[in-house]
Amino acid sequence: MVASIALKPDAHTRYVLRLADTCLVWSHRLSEWCGHAPVLEEDIALANQALDLLGQARALLTHAGRLEGQGFDEDQLAYLRDERDYLNVTLAELPNALVAGARGDFALTVLRNFFLSAWMLALWRALERSSDAELAAIAGKAAKESRYHREHAADWVVRLGDGTDESHRRMSAALDRLWPCTSELFDADEVDAAAAATGLGPAWDALREGWLADVQAVLAEATLPLPPAPAWRGDAKRGRHSEHLGPLLAVMQVLPRSYPGGVW
Amino acid sequence: MIGTMASRVDEAWRRLADVPDPEVPAISVVDLGIVRALAEADDGAIEVTLTPTYSGCPATEVIEASVRDALAPLGPVRTRLQRAPAWTTDWISDDGRRKLRDYGIAPPGRCAGGAQPVRVMSRVPCPRCGSERTERLSAFGATACKSLHRCIDCREPFEHFKAI
Repeated sequence: MVASIALKPDAHTRYVLRLADTCLVWSHRLSEWCGHAPVLEEDIALANQALDLLGQARALLTHAGRLEGQGFDEDQLAYLRDERDYLNVTLAELPNALVAGARGDFALTVLRNFFLSAWMLALWRALERSSDAELAAIAGKAAKESRYHREHAADWVVRLGDGTDESHRRMSAALDRLWPCTSELFDADEVDAAAAATGLGPAWDALREGWLADVQAVLAEATLPLPPAPAWRGDAKRGRHSEHLGPLLAVMQVLPRSYPGGVW
Repeated sequence: MIGTMASRVDEAWRRLADVPDPEVPAISVVDLGIVRALAEADDGAIEVTLTPTYSGCPATEVIEASVRDALAPLGPVRTRLQRAPAWTTDWISDDGRRKLRDYGIAPPGRCAGGAQPVRVMSRVPCPRCGSERTERLSAFGATACKSLHRCIDCREPFEHFKAI
């Protein structure tokens, strides 16, 4: 086994890693659907989206590696960091299933895709004006991809929410499960303060109003009532994860850790 | 080394016009608009600036390798990846659009001034019979850049190069 790497990320690097890790972990969850989605078209859609997110994660991790300064590349950052050094949001790491051990839940998957892609779209659009030229370039491309992901996911949220009694019931259950995790997307801390001060990017709490208006309109069309503001606040973006990230990383990292330098 | 500076760059453009996109071989990397610049550096190397189509496009590395192979007879080659400005399907040449249609892929509409809403993509003209009575079957296709459609008149399914 290869030893883990330890990072010394400053606020700028942590801002980039939060995005990079959210893209990577979310991409991994979507890739778990490959070959298992309810219909072929959605199998292709989820795999396509996973690929876009993986591409975004690669660009962001490469950039984070250069910012951090110890010379780590995208592969080392993805495969050799321990759970505590991952800075993704909780929403990205939750399993696709609602119940432990069950198969993936499609309602939860499309609702998560909607929440996260609507949020990423707003974030990318703001980052196109970043003082960090590389981050702005990554954002310019990724915004086009997130826009398409958001529209596709929103279509499904409406179709299932305003669908049959069963699909509505399942969308409501997914909403109950995911809603508490959305507060973390708008919880600003010292990393956000530094980003806003240097023009690196928006403090995440600045995105709340626009996102909520977007979500409110789609949930209304889907006949799903907007829940009250969550009392719980996730802390995964500061390295304190749910119980779900560890097993995900074990699957994602086992090959490169067991066979260092292995290629095909 | 062969030729003068201008003719080497011209020759490089001619050679790249024959390098197919690995996933849509009907059109070249030049038609696709992903070769953003070609120049001769001070040390004599040919520098090619490429831009990716999609962040996760798995063809990016293959394209870089094919470009280097195609230009190798002209001397040393360097490729550079440039993300900004982000690639848009508006950069696909008119010739490229015609080749896509001939190949059976509906070319993208223009998106300068803002991309079309995804739901509008249900009225993509059929590349075989030209009918606008078509419907979208799948928002995503065999590659990141395409969606799947069907013509209601000639009944043929077809792919569409999404406008981004």
